[in-house]
Amino acid sequence: MKIIVAIKQVPERDAPVCIDAAGKWIEESDLQFAMNESDAHALEEALQLKEKHGGEVIVLSAGPERVATTIREALAKGADRAIHIICDDLQKRDALGLARLLAATAKSENPDLVLTGLQSEDLGFGQTGVILAELLGLPHATLILHIEKTDSGIEVKRELEEGWFQNIQLPLPAVVTMQSGGNKLRYATLMGIKRAKTKELRQIPAIELGVASEPTVLLEKISWPQKQKATQMITGSAKDAAATLVAKLKTEVHVL
Amino acid sequence: MSGILVVAEQRAGRISRISWEALAAAHRLGDARTVTAVVLGAETETPAAELAAKISGKVLRVEHGLLTPYTADGYIIALQQVIEREEPACVIFPHTYQVRDYAPALAARFAQVLISDVIAISEDRVFIRPLMQGRLNGSYRKSSSGICFVSVQAGAFPAETVIAGAATVELFAPVMDAAQLRTRPGEPYRAAAQTVDLGSAQIIVGVGRGIKSQENLPIVQELAAALGGEVAASRPICDAGWLPMEFQVGSSGHTVAPKLYIAAGISGAIQHLVGMKGSQCIVAINKDPDAPIFEIADYGIVGDLMEVVPALTAAVKEARQ
Repeated sequence: MKIIVAIKQVPERDAPVCIDAAGKWIEESDLQFAMNESDAHALEEALQLKEKHGGEVIVLSAGPERVATTIREALAKGADRAIHIICDDLQKRDALGLARLLAATAKSENPDLVLTGLQSEDLGFGQTGVILAELLGLPHATLILHIEKTDSGIEVKRELEEGWFQNIQLPLPAVVTMQSGGNKLRYATLMGIKRAKTKELRQIPAIELGVASEPTVLLEKISWPQKQKATQMITGSAKDAAATLVAKLKTEVHVL
Repeated sequence: MSGILVVAEQRAGRISRISWEALAAAHRLGDARTVTAVVLGAETETPAAELAAKISGKVLRVEHGLLTPYTADGYIIALQQVIEREEPACVIFPHTYQVRDYAPALAARFAQVLISDVIAISEDRVFIRPLMQGRLNGSYRKSSSGICFVSVQAGAFPAETVIAGAATVELFAPVMDAAQLRTRPGEPYRAAAQTVDLGSAQIIVGVGRGIKSQENLPIVQELAAALGGEVAASRPICDAGWLPMEFQVGSSGHTVAPKLYIAAGISGAIQHLVGMKGSQCIVAINKDPDAPIFEIADYGIVGDLMEVVPALTAAVKEARQ
């Protein structure tokens, strides 16, 4: 199976964020970046499918130069080669604009399967994979925990709401977006990290792909959420705060 | 182009609460009489009647044998025909797992992007949605002509405001055939027998990433026991296998509304908040003062849960003596 895994580099989960001077995005200069979590699960699923059935895993990512570190991490974990769409204006493109970049590149590879995470941890649109399927003219499934190869294609385990699941059969080629938690992520080995340095990492400037970059929706500004409730902040040592809270739960909330 | 389409969904044979919320969002965007509620399926008479009694515009029954069970292909084909027929200015969806599965592709078919997960709409059609796992809000505006596709987050718009009714009901049969449906969905199933009943618990202690390791879980279990409540968890705890999936609260787990919900070490990603924000009283304990959980908390303690939770357990025990 030839599998493309589309991954995104996002700010590290616990990184402190602040709004930039223009008020349109977060200040990126001091941020640490990491592989988007559900994309990491998509990569893991691809590596497991390759180990079982053979084939090739190609990592695909769009973004500025710094994205290369996340791509190298994916290669160190076992991906065979990578394509980096060099693009400094990712913030200005919407989900359709990004999917167009990925689709133009994926198409030329003729993959059997395209995997990606269900949503990014920064923008959280949760749409890139589904739009990619539409642009490639392929069937898709979303929120998938596990993929099994069958004689006629694949069978996937889909997560539904409130603890329900469903199995779906798809022909290949197909696009699948992975939910986190369905598989256990591996660490890169020292040997893997060494090998990654010699693996092919092809860079394609976004402009060469000739796709429309005019967004249909615009992020005008970002802001801190307004408080929905008047929160009483309780201060003091752990012991004092606990005693104050218990008193309030008794007299104000009447649950004790 | 005018009018607003709202795609309604059913749950357990009734129009789901979030569908009414999507209708409330539509009323915010335009005249209620220009709102058309759409319901899809093999049989749509009952849900259409339920909708017609509460809205003043139109209900469109989109009926075809191939629309039950749900497939993305089927819904995209049918709704593309509905949109071409109705020519709406705006299409609003409830932000459910099903919508996330097909609406982005449907919008792309019209060269548009779905503005997903919207939590508020301001007067001049600016759509607010969470960014960075709920730590920030983003204000989005459409920058091109064409249909505006929007999905609304659970609990963001007041379902109770959708009351006035006697809509006209129309039937529409989309043209589609079985060969166009490329995926074969199986019957939904539940993983394992449920041993914990979070739905009826009066007090819940929710635990998140802040607990750091599985070995630390007893400290929250002891607090829950002292309070006579249950332990629940955010997704990462269940993903890591530290607690079974049935303990999970949030969009992929349980929705709970106890008298008291104590969130310990839970930062408050939107996926968790939708599962517990209906709780009568929310206490947040987190070391990050900017954690979004504090925005919906009634009481907040900024501190290390490893210190605060045991102190709280001791204080509860003392109070109960």
